[in-house]
Amino acid sequence: MLEELVILLVIFVLAMFVGFEVITKVPPILHTPLMSGSNAISGITIVGSVVVTGMGATRLAAVLGIVAIVFAMVNVVGGYLVTDRMLGMFHKKDEVKR
Amino acid sequence: MTAISELVYLVAAILFIVGLKRLSHPSTARRGNLLSAVGMLLAIGITLLDRQILSFQWIIIGVLVGAGVGAWMARAVAMTSMPQMVGLFNGFGGGASVLVAAGEWHRLVQPGATLDGATAVTVYASALIGSVTFSGSMVAAGKLQEWIPGRPVLFRGQHALNLLLALGVVGVAVYLSAVAQAPAVFIALIAIALMLGVLLTIPIGGADMPVVICLLNSYSGLAAAMTGFVIHNHGLIITGALVGASGLILTQLMCKAMNRSLANVLFGGFGAPVIAGEKEKALAARGVRQVTAEDAAMMLSYAQQVIVVPGYGLAVAQAQHEVRELADALEKKGVTVKYAIHPVAGRMPGHMNVLLAEANVSYDKLFDMEQINNEFERTDVSLVIGANDVVNPAARNTPSSPLYGMPILDTDKSHNIIVMKRSMRPGFAGVENELFYDAKTSMLFGDAKDSLKKLIQEVKAA
Repeated sequence: MLEELVILLVIFVLAMFVGFEVITKVPPILHTPLMSGSNAISGITIVGSVVVTGMGATRLAAVLGIVAIVFAMVNVVGGYLVTDRMLGMFHKKDEVKR
Repeated sequence: MTAISELVYLVAAILFIVGLKRLSHPSTARRGNLLSAVGMLLAIGITLLDRQILSFQWIIIGVLVGAGVGAWMARAVAMTSMPQMVGLFNGFGGGASVLVAAGEWHRLVQPGATLDGATAVTVYASALIGSVTFSGSMVAAGKLQEWIPGRPVLFRGQHALNLLLALGVVGVAVYLSAVAQAPAVFIALIAIALMLGVLLTIPIGGADMPVVICLLNSYSGLAAAMTGFVIHNHGLIITGALVGASGLILTQLMCKAMNRSLANVLFGGFGAPVIAGEKEKALAARGVRQVTAEDAAMMLSYAQQVIVVPGYGLAVAQAQHEVRELADALEKKGVTVKYAIHPVAGRMPGHMNVLLAEANVSYDKLFDMEQINNEFERTDVSLVIGANDVVNPAARNTPSSPLYGMPILDTDKSHNIIVMKRSMRPGFAGVENELFYDAKTSMLFGDAKDSLKKLIQEVKAA
C-alpha cells in the first residue's frame, strides 16, 4: 500500500511541474478565464463522487456520493460555460460587433 | 477494463493540458476551453461505464441537478460578480471532496473491510483540505457579495485559536487511526476543519480577496488531487495538481503586484489607518489642480496618444461602456487609445480585462503593466479612472511609504494626467497619492459614469 502511495505522489509532483510550465505562459489578460476554467477542471472530483455512489457499499456512502455529484457537477458545468461565455467576449477590433 | 479506464483518464489529462496551453492567446482560448470540456466528458463517461457502478438512477439525477444549477449560474452571473462566482465554485469542488472522503471512509470502516494506515492518511487529508476549501470559499464569496462585512474581522487570540484548531485536526486524525474508528469522531474532524476555513478567511480584508480567491482555487485543486489519492485514481491526481499549480502561480503574482507577502495577506489584517508622514502633510497643503469636463475633453481631443488606466472604481460605477464610447469618439478624431491594466485592477486576476472585453473593447488594446510602462513617456494624456494606489509614484520615490516597492503603472511619466475621482479620499493603502499633486495632473471630480458622459459629449462637440 505504501509503495502505491509513493507512485501516486510521484505522479502528483510531476503533474505540478507540468502545471507550472503551462500556466506561466497564460497572459494576464486571460487570468480570469484561466481561474474559472481551471476551476471547472478541478470538478474532476465528479469521478470520485460517481465511484463512491456507484459502488453503493453502504446507504450512507451512496447518499454522500450523490450530494458530491451535484456539487462537482455544478463546478464542472458552471465553470466551463462561464469560461466559454467570457472567452466569447474577447474580440479583436475588426471582429467587434457593433 | 481498468487499463482502458486509465488510458482514457490519460487522454482526458492530455486534453486538459492542451486546453490550458491554448489559453496562452485570446484567439485560441475558446477552442482550448472546449477541448478541456471534451476531456471532462471522456473522464465522466468512462467512469460511468466502469463495471463497479451498480445503480445509475441516482447518479443520473445528481448529474442533471448539478448540471442544471451550474448552467443557470453561469448564464445569470454578471461579469462584475465573477470573483464571488469563482469563489462559490471553488467551494463546491471542496465540498465534493469532503463528501467523497466521508463516503469512502464509511465504506472502509464497515466489518470485513480494512482501513490501512496509508489510505487513512489520504482520507483525513482529503477531508481536511476539502472542508477548509468549502467553508473558506463560502466566507470569501459572502464577503465579495457583501453579505458579510468585507473589513478584516479580528479578535484577540485569533492566531492561538487557529493553531489550536489545526492541532485539534491532527489530534482527532491520530485518535481515529490509533484508538477508535467512530463516526462521531470523523464528523468532529470535519467540523473542526470547517471552522478553521472560516477563521482563516474572516481576518482578510475585502481588497485582499483576489489573493484569497487564488489561494482557494489552488486548494480546490489540491482537494481534487487528494480525492485521487483516496480512490487511487491517476486522472484525478494529475488534474488536481494542474489546478493546484495554477492557483499557486496566480496567488504569487497577486502578492507581488500588491507588494505583500502571502503571510502578510493571510495574517496581517491589512486596512488599518496609516498615520500621515511629513511629506504627505506637505503635499496636502499644496492642493490639487481641478479641471472642467470641457477642458479635459480639449486635452484628450488634441492628444496623439491617450492611455486609459481603469481601476476598480470604474467597475463599481459600471462605466465600462462609457469608457469605450469615449475611446471610440477619440479614435474618430485620430487619437490612439490604449488601456493599461494593473494586475490588481479588479477583484480577481484579469477581472478588468473581462469587464472591458464585455464592453466590446478590442483585446489588442489591452496591455499589462510590463507591456505598457515604457510607453507613458510618449503619451500625451493618461486618463486615470477610479484607480489610486496602483499609480502612486510613492511606490518608486518614497521609501517610508507602505506602498514602496510595489510595481505601479508609470502614469506620472506621461505629458499630462487627468484623474477622474469621486473625492480626495485615499486609496486602499490609506496613503496620499503623490500623483494627484503633480504639476502635470488635473483632477476631474465626480461620479465616473457622469463625468465620462460629459466628456463624450464635449469630445464629440469639439
